[in-house]
Amino acid sequence: MAAIETFYDVMRRQGITRRSFMKYCSLTASALGLGPAFVPKIAHAMETKPRTPVIWVHGLECTCCSESFIRSAHPLAKDVVLSMISLDYDDTLMAAAGHQAEAALEDTIEKYKGNYILAVEGNPPLNEDGMYCIIGGKPFVEQLRHAAEHAKAIISWGACASYGCVQAAKPNPTRATPVHKVIIDKPIIKVPGCPPIAEVMTGVITYMLTFDRLPELDRQGRPAMFYGQRIHDKCYRRPHFDAGQFVEAWDDDNARKGYCLYKMGCKGPTTYNACSTVRWNEGVSFPIQSGHGCIGCSEDGFWDQGSFYNRVTDLTQFGVEKNADQVGMAAAGVVGAGVAVHAAVSALKAAQKKSQSQPSKEEV
Amino acid sequence: MTDISPQPLAGTDANPGDLTHVARQTSVYVYEAPVRLWHWINAAAITILCLTGYFIGSPPPTMIISEAAHQFVFGYIRFVHFAAGWVLAIGFLGRIYWAIFGNHHARQMFYLPIYSGTWWREVFFEVRWYLFLEKQPKKYVGHNPLAQLAMFCFITLGVSFMILTGFALYAEGLGHGSWADAMFGWVVMLVGGNSMLLHTYHHLGMWWITIFMIIHIYVAIREDIMSRQSIVSTMISGMRTFKDDDPD
Repeated sequence: MAAIETFYDVMRRQGITRRSFMKYCSLTASALGLGPAFVPKIAHAMETKPRTPVIWVHGLECTCCSESFIRSAHPLAKDVVLSMISLDYDDTLMAAAGHQAEAALEDTIEKYKGNYILAVEGNPPLNEDGMYCIIGGKPFVEQLRHAAEHAKAIISWGACASYGCVQAAKPNPTRATPVHKVIIDKPIIKVPGCPPIAEVMTGVITYMLTFDRLPELDRQGRPAMFYGQRIHDKCYRRPHFDAGQFVEAWDDDNARKGYCLYKMGCKGPTTYNACSTVRWNEGVSFPIQSGHGCIGCSEDGFWDQGSFYNRVTDLTQFGVEKNADQVGMAAAGVVGAGVAVHAAVSALKAAQKKSQSQPSKEEV
Repeated sequence: MTDISPQPLAGTDANPGDLTHVARQTSVYVYEAPVRLWHWINAAAITILCLTGYFIGSPPPTMIISEAAHQFVFGYIRFVHFAAGWVLAIGFLGRIYWAIFGNHHARQMFYLPIYSGTWWREVFFEVRWYLFLEKQPKKYVGHNPLAQLAMFCFITLGVSFMILTGFALYAEGLGHGSWADAMFGWVVMLVGGNSMLLHTYHHLGMWWITIFMIIHIYVAIREDIMSRQSIVSTMISGMRTFKDDDPD
């Protein structure tokens, strides 16, 4: 078997100049929050280490993760990272189809046993023995278990694989289940978002190649370098939040002035992602910059957290759609009214008792 | 219990009837200074926390005093909330310390004698008293059993819940790897990992405490008037005064 090509070999073969390659390394280093000293380390790793074989499987999903990934903004390198990964197996992007594609998957698993990274986009539905998602004539959950068995690590791309996303929203008829609840014996990195940011996706893969280990993960298994802070913490509209200057209605003057979208239900304060720093489409913009609140797409169960446009969201637990304030105020109102009635009855009772015990009092 | 000795009272407004009454009154030192101090600091902190907390969920109308860089209205609201939260949390820790080292009345709020049949009977007796089914309330030195149950549910459990969820939300601002994240970050995982839900529960907790405040203030005043012992002044002086020396 011929030696596995390095990332650098592949890049040069694709006509990438060394200058572009170094740009990619330094941009990736800064995206990962690493100092300039790490640029040569990344370059060295990409020049010398065999490229990481990646198997990319698709379950119940909309392919927005792939769409995002192929738009990675690092100049020119995006094509290369893409082709390096599609070299192995990605049923959406690869040229092969049908039996040929399935054979490629088996080959890759056999060839790189224990060394490949399994990237999962989408999730397996478990109801009806997984029949809601069929890949190559078999339920997706079987392909997932099979491919995961010999994987070095698993990357859960996007909200589907990480948390379930829309197909797992209540009542979840197909029982769509996030990857970490199906595969429990492998290290899993969650890269949530709907979709995740392209640079975050390439950054995670580059980090794993450079340092031969998983990036530091937070409590939920997300890379801390990208998911350690909230959208809110680095939002450029934060000064308006602290000032108490909010958009009050979608078409008001405050909206035109770019005030904080908190009152319009922005989920930035509860959403961990890098949108407000890395941004989207080569750093052009992100939702809040475009005048719409964050919908919290990289958070667990974001479809089931009530309206995207309310700050204090509805509680469906009460059977009726009421928010915490409405429920609380109603309860406090009932208690307050109860207290008032109780006080009135107490006063009447006391007066009654007083009039009855009047004679005995005079005896004292 | 120490009897206040029936010595002649100073002044001329005491008639023989008054003197007989005084002879029958007894008082006992129930709430030591740290408990009383905690009660009032806690009351102030909770009031401030409820007000600022409500505004954090539903901010006041936009004020345009100057450019955002020179204006910090919402920031101050949040600052006051966090500061009062610290006072509440440290006060609660101090209160737990005093439950251990203070007198036995200081412990009453932190446990429920649920295996005691007498205790349950007295809970229901108190319920009957509040439903106007009992003519004469009982006398209690500390909390009556129903009050003990309420204190435990609303304050011991309620405030613990608010401190835990509050610091978990505070940890979000301090960020991944902060001390608050290390100590309270796990709380977010209890609700599944999306802190939006934790905000909602924290919000409901505020209403839970608000309901307590309504009941607590009403009942304290009502008992002070209608029961056989002092209530409101006890939390000022620490002395529980009884209005009669009847047995039971």
